[in-house]
Order: sequence, then C-alpha cells, then structure tokens
Amino acid sequence: MSSLSASQNSAPFEVSPGYWSGVIGRLRRDPVAMFALLVILALVLMALFAPYIAPNDPYRGQLLRRLRPIGTAGFPLGTDELGRDMLSRLIYGARLSLLMGVTPVFIAFFFGAFIGITAGFVGGKVNSLLMRTVDVFFAFPSVLLAIALSGALGAGIFNGLLSLSIVFIPPIARIAESVTTGVRKLEYIEAARASGASSMTIVRVHVLGNVLGPIFVYATGLISVSLILASGLSFLGLGVKPPEPEWGLMLNTLRNAIYVQPWVAALPGLMIFCTSISFNLFSDGLRSAMDLKS
Amino acid sequence: MIPAPLFSAQNLVKHFRLKGGLLGSSRGVVRAVDNVSFDLAEGETLGIVGESGCGKSTTARLIVDLISPDAGTITLGGKLLGKHISARELRRQIQMVFQDSYASLNPRLTMEDAIAFGPKVNGMSPQQAARLAHELLERVGLEPRRFAGRYPHELSGGQRQRVNIARALAFSPKIVVLDESVSALDKSVEAQVLNLLADLKAELGLTYVFISHDLNVVRHMSDRVMVMYLGQVAEIGTVEAIYSAPAHPYTAALLSAMPSMDPDRRTMEAPLTGDPPNPINPPAGCRFHTRCKHADTICAAVEPGLFGLPGEGHQVACHIHIPGSNHRNRGVEA
Repeated sequence: MSSLSASQNSAPFEVSPGYWSGVIGRLRRDPVAMFALLVILALVLMALFAPYIAPNDPYRGQLLRRLRPIGTAGFPLGTDELGRDMLSRLIYGARLSLLMGVTPVFIAFFFGAFIGITAGFVGGKVNSLLMRTVDVFFAFPSVLLAIALSGALGAGIFNGLLSLSIVFIPPIARIAESVTTGVRKLEYIEAARASGASSMTIVRVHVLGNVLGPIFVYATGLISVSLILASGLSFLGLGVKPPEPEWGLMLNTLRNAIYVQPWVAALPGLMIFCTSISFNLFSDGLRSAMDLKS
Repeated sequence: MIPAPLFSAQNLVKHFRLKGGLLGSSRGVVRAVDNVSFDLAEGETLGIVGESGCGKSTTARLIVDLISPDAGTITLGGKLLGKHISARELRRQIQMVFQDSYASLNPRLTMEDAIAFGPKVNGMSPQQAARLAHELLERVGLEPRRFAGRYPHELSGGQRQRVNIARALAFSPKIVVLDESVSALDKSVEAQVLNLLADLKAELGLTYVFISHDLNVVRHMSDRVMVMYLGQVAEIGTVEAIYSAPAHPYTAALLSAMPSMDPDRRTMEAPLTGDPPNPINPPAGCRFHTRCKHADTICAAVEPGLFGLPGEGHQVACHIHIPGSNHRNRGVEA
C-alpha cells in the first residue's frame, strides 16, 4: 500500500503538543495565576521547612512578654497572649492549616468524582438515587454541616478532616454529575458505542479525560473554602486543640487581644486570606487555561 | 422487488416517553418513528428527507442499533438482528457519520487515536490499529504525517468530517449511515466531501443511507429517496420518480420549496405553511391532512397505508392514489 510506505518513510510525523502542555503554556502566560502559584509554593515550602525557618519555639511562651507589638526586637511580628513568638507560630501554623485545607478537598474529590461520574454516565434511576442522596447533604449549609459533624464526632484533627471531607463530597459530586451528563450526550460517545466498546472502556478513554479536568478545577476552588471552614472549626474549638499552632485557632485565642494589639490579632486572618485567595486565583487561571475555545 | 436486500427494516416503531411528571410518570409519548419499513439493496444510496422532527435521525439511530426499536425487525444480509446476528456484529457492519463534526470527536484524542479506538476495542493490536488509521487518513485525503497527531480543534470542519468518515470506515462496514453529515459544512467544502463519499462508495462498494434536509444534495447522491413525515414514510421511490413525478402532496410541496435557478420555476406562495403538528399527538388519519390542500373527509378518518404505484418500487401513503378510497381527487395528479 502506498500509505504504508509513506508511514515507513523517514520523515517524522508532526505531533501536536498534547492538551495538557497547551494548558501549562497558557497558564504560564497568566501573571495572576503564576503569582498565586508562587504564593502557594512559598506557603508549602514554609510548612515543610518550618523548623528551619522559624526563629523561635512556637510552643514556648513567657508571660512577661505578652502581646508585644509588631516590630519588637527578637519578635518581628510580636507575641501572642501567652508570649509566644507570632512569626514562628504563623510559620508552623501553615502545616496544620494547609493540611486541613487541602486534604479534605482531595478526599472529597476522589469520592465525589466517583459518585458524580457514575450517576452521570449510568443515568436513569441510579442517577436519581445517588444524586437525591447527595442532595440531602447538600441541603445543609456547609458551615453548619461541618460543625454538626465535628460536634458529633468530637474535636480533633482527624475528625475535623473527616467532617470536612463529607461536607465537600456533595458539591463535587454535583459538578461531576452535570459535567458527565453533558459529555455523555455528545456524539463521540455514541460513536464509541457504535464501535462496540464496553461502558468501562468508554468511561476510561472518552469520559474521564474530558470530565476530570473541570471537576479538578472546581475542587481547587474549594480549597479556600475548606481552609476557612477548618479555621472556623478550630475557632469554635472543634478542630485543632491548643496549644497547636493553627491559624483559625490562633485567631480565636487572640480575639480577646483585639483592642490591645489589633494588628497582631489580625495576622492569622491575613494568612488565611492570602492562602485562600491564592488558591482561588490559581483555580480561576486554571479554568481559563483549560478552556480550548478561548 | 429486488431479490434479497442487504438490509431490511420492517415496521420499526420507536416512541420516546416524555418524563417530567412526579416519580418519572409519563407526560406523553413522542411517536418519533411509527411503523417504518424499507429495504436497502447492496451498493445503493437511499436518501431520507423530511422536515425537522420527522424522525430522520431516529431512523438513522435505529439502523445502526444505537437505540433499539420498541417494535419491528431489522435484518442484515438475511440475518435477523438479535437472533442470527448480534448487535455488536451489526454495529461493525453498519457505521454512522454524525452531523456535528466537532461533537463527534473526543477533544482529548489525536486523530490517529480517534480512528484506531474502534479497531483496538475489537482486538486489533495498537501497532496495526495505528497503521490502519494512517491508511484511512490517506484514503480520506488527509496526509497522515500532518494530521495523525493533531487534535480536533486544530482541524477545519471539513477535515474533521473526513476524519469521522475515516473512523466509520475502520471496520470495513457494508453500510454507512450519513446523518446530515455534510449539512454543517460550507458549500465548497460540502462538495468536496460529497465527492469523497462518492469515490469511497465506488472504491469500497459501500451502501449509503443519506439523510439530509437539502433536496438538491439528496438528488445528487441518491438512487432512491424516502420522504418522511411525522415519523412515517410518506413516499418512497427512485430518485427520478420522486423528483419528476411526486405522488404525495407533501413531496410535491417539499419539491416546490426547493430553490430553483430557473426564474420561471420560482414561486411566490409558500407551498407549505406552519410547522408540522406536534408528534406527541399526531393528527388522526393521514398525518399530513392538517396541512394538505387536497385533504378530504377520509384523510382525517383513515390512515393511508403505503400503496405501490407503477414504476420500480414506487410507494406512496396517500388516499388520492389508493383505489376505492372515496377521495374527491382520486386519480388526480398531486
């Protein structure tokens, strides 16, 4: 065959850059998303190398130097209500705060995507059953649900993670279901079906690649919500317990000092704000980079 | 009749239940395809025409078994579907090219992977499948070296539709169903793709079911034409018979709505007014009687069956042509 000799010809095939390399290329040209990513990376590094970066022991306090203002010699960000170094506590706090922010979203991504894709692809009664069950959880405001679950399970990091994971499964399952339902109706799925492919093969080759991206983008947007909820749980005494440094908890314990040292008391909130907005901006950038039509 | 047709559909029925009531109760039934029968002879092209919603696409999906009929039988090469031939085997022999060239290609797969997917699913080795994909790309006029590694959004509509055709050919099918496959393309590109389809048919001995709302294109491509109205066959016959001597008033109206280059043949009045009636509650009797200028009392009461006219395989479902129907215009040209 002529085409056979053509394909054996030494001239190489033109290969278009793959979808993801295009996404990365577009992302790299987005200054806001890149800056947000830089902030996130800095936070992660800070959490990982906290013992090397922190100037003081975050647990040791001296009551004689309580609530020093920002700029005190030896304590650049002041001290908290027990005289512990704020800078060190904020650096160590990144560990628990990021853990509480990111882990539930990843766990929920796994289960939510599984539920949503199954419901969307199978459709019919399975869809109704799964999605109405999810709706029951969705009916509660996420804050209330997290508080109720944590309250029932008892305070602690693990229970906090568990309740936050459960809180995020419904919204992710919703998005996964609607994206999958949209993809399932497209003609390339029909064409694959016409070629005799099994449902598992169709899901693996044609569905996952087209739905995981949008679901992932949505999930990254939830990281900021998770951070805030986790901080909220700690603030209410349902998440991390003192004396662990965690931004939400620090915000809680410093709230009495708001009239004495307002700037110091606001620092943990500032960290939460910066982290969550960075995740949000990065997720926005990822969304537009993944849009082929733009 | 033509001896032993390649494909035969007998009394196909497909009704879609409209859901929406509480607990999935039905709000009504869309009679998308109602008692449709036709044969395909090997190597011919059957054109299917009709307005939107007349059941053309549902018929196409029934032919390739993407949806299964509520009633009726499908026979391929004398073998009854579900009894002598499996759905899987039928799908391999009857492939389909869809209208939307973009939606019918997975945006994450290269052209090579898109074409090779079907053969791989059916047990071909990846190397063989890739080679086959390159051959098919070449056959539909796309240089494999340039196009095999590309993604759908990097191709034009015409190029994508060529890839879709290549994918349909990957199984060496006997029948290819073209559901409005060229309708979304520019006229010049459409002509190129039509020529490609004609070449492929001659080369590979394919049989086509060509669905379109463009009567000129159907006339150019088809050997026989089936006119559908509200899920039923109004008229079926050779392209000459249908276009030069339409027997059904609906066919005549459709044809007179065709744009003509000849000023003498242009008409000012609209041959048909209004939309087709709702297929949820189609009119009793002849479904066309609500819009037919020849409608008589019998038309509203009795559903006309297909009646054979003189001329090869020419059949029409109209009381005007059915002997003893008491239609006032019985025997008068439509």
